Amino acid sequence: MFLDLERPTDAFFRTETFRDDYSFANSEAAIRRFPFPFDRDAYMYAVNIEQHMPGPAKSATEFPIDIDEHYVAEMIDREKVLAEDPLRCQSLPHMITAEWDLLELLMTAMARDYPAWFSLTCDGDRWHWINRPLGLDQRFTFGDTATLPFGPMEYITRQCQGDFCLLDQRQDNLWMDAGLVTTQADWSLDFDLGMNFIEWHGPVPLAHEMGVFERALKFLLNLQLGRPIRRLNWTMTVNPRLDTSPENYHRWGIDRTTVTPENVGDKVHLRVELQALWRLPRSNAIVFSIRCYLIKMREVVSVPKWARRLHRVLRDLPEELADYKGLTNYRATTVDWLSRHDDGAPTSPGFTPD
Amino acid sequence: MRALQYTVRVSEAEAVTPRVRRLRLVAADGTALPPVSAGAHTVVSIDTGERVIRNAYSLTAPSLSGGAYEIAVLRTPESRGGSAFIHERLREGDSLTLSAPANFFPVNRRARHHVLVAGGIGITPIAAMAEEIFRLGASFELHYAVRSAHDGAFCRELAARFGGRLHLYCGERQERLQVQAVLPNQPLGTHLYVCGPERMIEAVLADARAAGWPNANLHAERFVAPAGGEPFSLFLRRSQRSVTVGADESVLEAIERIGVEAPHLCRGGACGECITAVSHADGTLDHRDHFLSAAERDAGEHVMICVSRLKGRELVLDL
Amino acid sequence: MSEVKSRPKWGRLAVVPEAAAHLVCAEGVGLDAVAEAFGDHDAAQAAATVLLAGPTTAAQAGLTGTRVLSHPSRATAFTAFHAHLDRAKMGTAIYLAGSESFLNAASAIAEAHGVVREALQGEHRGARTRRVQCVHCKGIMEAVAVSPIVCSHCGVHLMVRDHYSRRLGAFMGVVVDAEAPGVLPQALRL
Ligand code: HEM
Ligand code: FES
Repeated sequence: MFLDLERPTDAFFRTETFRDDYSFANSEAAIRRFPFPFDRDAYMYAVNIEQHMPGPAKSATEFPIDIDEHYVAEMIDREKVLAEDPLRCQSLPHMITAEWDLLELLMTAMARDYPAWFSLTCDGDRWHWINRPLGLDQRFTFGDTATLPFGPMEYITRQCQGDFCLLDQRQDNLWMDAGLVTTQADWSLDFDLGMNFIEWHGPVPLAHEMGVFERALKFLLNLQLGRPIRRLNWTMTVNPRLDTSPENYHRWGIDRTTVTPENVGDKVHLRVELQALWRLPRSNAIVFSIRCYLIKMREVVSVPKWARRLHRVLRDLPEELADYKGLTNYRATTVDWLSRHDDGAPTSPGFTPD
Repeated sequence: MRALQYTVRVSEAEAVTPRVRRLRLVAADGTALPPVSAGAHTVVSIDTGERVIRNAYSLTAPSLSGGAYEIAVLRTPESRGGSAFIHERLREGDSLTLSAPANFFPVNRRARHHVLVAGGIGITPIAAMAEEIFRLGASFELHYAVRSAHDGAFCRELAARFGGRLHLYCGERQERLQVQAVLPNQPLGTHLYVCGPERMIEAVLADARAAGWPNANLHAERFVAPAGGEPFSLFLRRSQRSVTVGADESVLEAIERIGVEAPHLCRGGACGECITAVSHADGTLDHRDHFLSAAERDAGEHVMICVSRLKGRELVLDL
Repeated sequence: MSEVKSRPKWGRLAVVPEAAAHLVCAEGVGLDAVAEAFGDHDAAQAAATVLLAGPTTAAQAGLTGTRVLSHPSRATAFTAFHAHLDRAKMGTAIYLAGSESFLNAASAIAEAHGVVREALQGEHRGARTRRVQCVHCKGIMEAVAVSPIVCSHCGVHLMVRDHYSRRLGAFMGVVVDAEAPGVLPQALRL
């Protein structure tokens, strides 16, 4: 096994699970920094792209790559998923340069922004990487795959929160030609591998007709080096399960029928994806990171503005979106429960708590 | 969105031929410039003292590994003064401003074989591609047409590096690059790249299409006009403020510079947040966004201020 | 339901006049489409190779100027298709004709050989059955006519989703009764 699970680690990192007994929870601080995705009381698809600029201190966007209290537990969960299904990590042969680009981007950002946990020293192409929370110490030659225990993309994304897709740019389109995806909201890397931007977005309702994907694609084709961007996406998940894959849907789908008025607060989770995109220098590829944040309904309503707003968004969500996001079986029960936390008072614009 | 800029210093300037000057550029602050993909270009801002000229140049092979960048500048009589300035007045040690590299002419990494075709100074991106493909261990051939052996700035280096994969055609010796002769026996999945004089590009592409090559397998360098343009006056009707939009800034940036807030999100013409009503335009609107439909553009009632501009004297916005 | 964005659109075969060679892979009645497209083009017929899955049909009469190589099964025709693609040169136009599941599988082979989409034509003739991959066990079913259907590999009841992978040459099959075990919608023809 890659990670030594018995090793004691920094007390900052929670010991918790995203399966079986589902012991995942957020600390007070994690609730406060949660990237709440609604800036108004209604939701519809849009080209909600903005520059990936540093946000306020301690926020989820303070640094380009966010490492939080769930880091170690998430990496352990990822290792379990990969052990059962290696197809969750795939890379077509022409993506090897992009893999090295990604390794450089992540190691550099993690070591710069979290020096207590990660360190990187480079002497020409002889690199030395230390990951203290996971107990890893690796010397390798940049550009030489044989000096790492996995391919460069897999090596570094087993150590970084969030799913990652590498997109090759050719023929005025983006092609999903590599990725490591274990915390997905019900889509399959194995199935989507090799597709272009319009194809992998095929199942999304309404947005194609609204021109959302056409505009977003044109924008991304011009994505510039050193000018990363981000957007938020969201759905809901019953039980704090990270790995809601189509591959295992025949196992976890049934969870959606277990929501009752009594257990909404603990069982139903808002699932937010902070998605960031960077142009990569050597390969001209783009990396798409999908960082998943979970929060229980009980935790959401501890912020009054979020309680009011989520209730209204969920209540008024267009049927097509609710269906697509798989909420149909438990939306009414959840809206009912949330309505008890919405006094009808107006909410202020913007994402942040009042 | 305005490209990231680097301030660089000319660390070496060398005449490779009487008409081509090669510049080696290092970051002024001593940091390493990022590596680049073959086919990438940078926009160089040249301050001649009278005005700022912005020219796009392909980054040559030594730029691939990063650290420093190299460009090769042909002296062109019809240039707006940029190449003349680089040839006559630029000295080692001088400073320049570069945009972060962008690549509109990338190598197709799925190709089974690559046919590279260059004429004259068009060799700069093509030689970088040959180097990148060579390092990847992929299959390629390089066809390079020059006027005289004297002119072929890179002939000797290329021959030393790529040996038999280089096919040189020297006009002076009556050698002609006949692309029809190169096309017929290429394996399915081959991609062809061409850079050189406009007439040569058109001829190569036409021959390849006539031989049944799909457009998707054909690639030619296309330089898009760098962002920015001529300056113009801007008047904000509601806040009663006026400002000149500079050559290098967007309307949105000019507005922000004088402290007026305008809604925006992507700063790249995609999200629609910055849509602004046009009260009056003395000139033609230069729409550069992906948001407005063709009909909306024609109507001229709205403009996306993060990227679009005016070609003309004054723009009055409802802000 | 809007159209499936990821699903290839098949049209009618039309000879590419500038192509130096023509490589055709067809199955069963697909040969009719080939005969219609190439019927009046003597030069194209002379430069064409037709790989046929299954026995020759009456349509072959319209293709006297062409080599039609008949293979006993789809699998053997595909072995030949791979070999011909390996040796083919740029300037070769590629054509496919047959049932939807045949087009699914054959186009994935062409794609893997680096044939770009604009250089590939397909015409749908015959059965509307689709190739389907079970997303749970990754098993492929070659000719699926209805949805839902039981996965022939793992036994899960699958709904055929409107999501198509050109790399796999298959539509996605996903469990249909995960949220209501045993409750199966009526099977409908695709
Ligand atoms: C280029 C990187 C991107 C990748 C790899 C990506 C990938 C995906 C995938 C795999 C899905 C799930 C589709 C399914 O149901 O099978 C999805 C959904 C979606 N994507 Fe993207 N996407 C990218 C960029 C964007 C951008 C820039 C936008 C901006 C508008 C966008 C908007 C959406 C929307 C609205 C959905 C539906 C989400 C929901 O309702 O839960 N995507 N994306
Ligand atoms: S800010 Fe997004 S279109 Fe202008």
